[in-house]
Amino acid sequence: MTIAEERTHAYGYTDLAALMGLMTGDEKHGPAATSTLDVLWVLYDRVLRVGPDRMDDPGRDRFLLSKGHGPMAYYAVLAAKGFLPVEWLPGFGSYDSPLGHHPDRVLVPGAEIGSGSLGHGLPIAVGTALGLRAQGLDEPRVWTLIGDAELDEGSNHEAIAFAGPAGLEGLHTVVVDNSSASYARPGGIAARFDAAGWSALTVDGRDHDALHAAFTAPHPGRPHVVVARVEPKNA
Amino acid sequence: MDTMRDRFAPVVTRLLDEDPRVAVVLAEIGADGFAEARRRHPDRVVNVGIREQLLVGAAAGMALTGLRPVVHTFASFLVERPFEQVKLDFGHQGAGAVLVSAGASFDWPAGGYTHMAPGDVALLDTLDGWTVHVPGHPDEAETLLRQAVAAGDDKVYVRLSAQSNTRGLPVDGERLRTVREGRTGTVVAVGPVLDAVLDATQDLDVTVLYATTVRPFDAAGLRRATGTSGTDVVLVEPYLAGTSTAAANDALADVPHRVLGLGVGRAELRRYGRVDEHVAAHGLDARSLRARIGGFVGAGRQAPVGA
Repeated sequence: MTIAEERTHAYGYTDLAALMGLMTGDEKHGPAATSTLDVLWVLYDRVLRVGPDRMDDPGRDRFLLSKGHGPMAYYAVLAAKGFLPVEWLPGFGSYDSPLGHHPDRVLVPGAEIGSGSLGHGLPIAVGTALGLRAQGLDEPRVWTLIGDAELDEGSNHEAIAFAGPAGLEGLHTVVVDNSSASYARPGGIAARFDAAGWSALTVDGRDHDALHAAFTAPHPGRPHVVVARVEPKNA
Repeated sequence: MDTMRDRFAPVVTRLLDEDPRVAVVLAEIGADGFAEARRRHPDRVVNVGIREQLLVGAAAGMALTGLRPVVHTFASFLVERPFEQVKLDFGHQGAGAVLVSAGASFDWPAGGYTHMAPGDVALLDTLDGWTVHVPGHPDEAETLLRQAVAAGDDKVYVRLSAQSNTRGLPVDGERLRTVREGRTGTVVAVGPVLDAVLDATQDLDVTVLYATTVRPFDAAGLRRATGTSGTDVVLVEPYLAGTSTAAANDALADVPHRVLGLGVGRAELRRYGRVDEHVAAHGLDARSLRARIGGFVGAGRQAPVGA
């Protein structure tokens, strides 16, 4: 067993709050600060075929965090899974820390993209899926996480409208919906993807088994979106 | 004569055949030229539709998987419209690609300002690490395209234009080339303005340097040339006037020097018509260049012989 595997086994879901606390100095986190936490955990714990020792493996799954704002949950999960040392967490946001308030792929082990400016992850994920397909790499799946308000950015709609008709089966998107978009219509998110030919499921973003089932649902010939609904940001 | 753009698809199609890393990403513009290549390499020739943010973002994603994307559309829609994608999806992500534009500053004057991109090189110049090639002839374009694709994971911009010099010159993708030597000034002609510059300066005692790679700027080459031709420097660029003035100033920072930056004016003309009419309107025809260059070189010291 490698050191990385030992680490992987050392931390569980219940440790994540404490890991986040190392970054914020706060023991407890409200739902708004952790809207992505359960989605990220289920992906890294049960879905993504990745690991600290696989980051140079062309056959690994790719997870692209597009919603780079509020990355504490992401860093906590990466630390729990052994991608980065837990000792890095307290330095969060400081000059010498690799962990900024928006992640930088050049600095953060395990981060496939840097993010912060909204609307970049899904187009890059489209290209990643295209690039893998062009090299005959049919196994690895590409995932990107975006926020419901991030969907305001038009670049996402360029990607959604292309990926459906292009039949990009390797592409997966999870939209964490905490009702933060100013001009949203309930039920509109899945319908937008569905209209573009995607496979689309909407689930409770706190229910790990429901998330897992949605993440692993078959979607032959089509890209797949999971809308993970969590508590409204301003509730 | 064929155009640089006529060369683009055949050259890149051969590169697609030769190198499995090469991919082409298009946004409708130029897709016809790649129809046959797309049949042969359906997964490496991708047309994303009229979606330029996706064009750049998807190319970056392909690069992150190890491919060498060649990304093409009109300069306005390749550099200006998705500029933040160019800045972040390549620069910040640490990914590379070859961006190949068509249309240049005013290749289609009747198309109006929406299809003119005189500011493309200046805009890219706000970013770190881009190589910028500005060929002046289809043969040079072919050489520089091949070199750009072969440049590892570098970020490279190749600016194709319908404007061209009569003859191509050997280009190395790096250095200024001395075309004529003189003693009272140094004129740097970039890409397709060379013929007009040579016409304009035939009775002037100036050195003419030819640039087809403007970033990184060949500072050492300019310095060396000014050793004999003097530090009155005129830049003639086929895009926004003054784009390389700072680069020339930096090259000569420790010696007294003067720099005149000629190129496409900032003001929108709101004119259609022909390319030669726009060349003249921006003062880039041989006659205007003769007056502007002649009035500048040596003016700080002494009048040139015969003036």
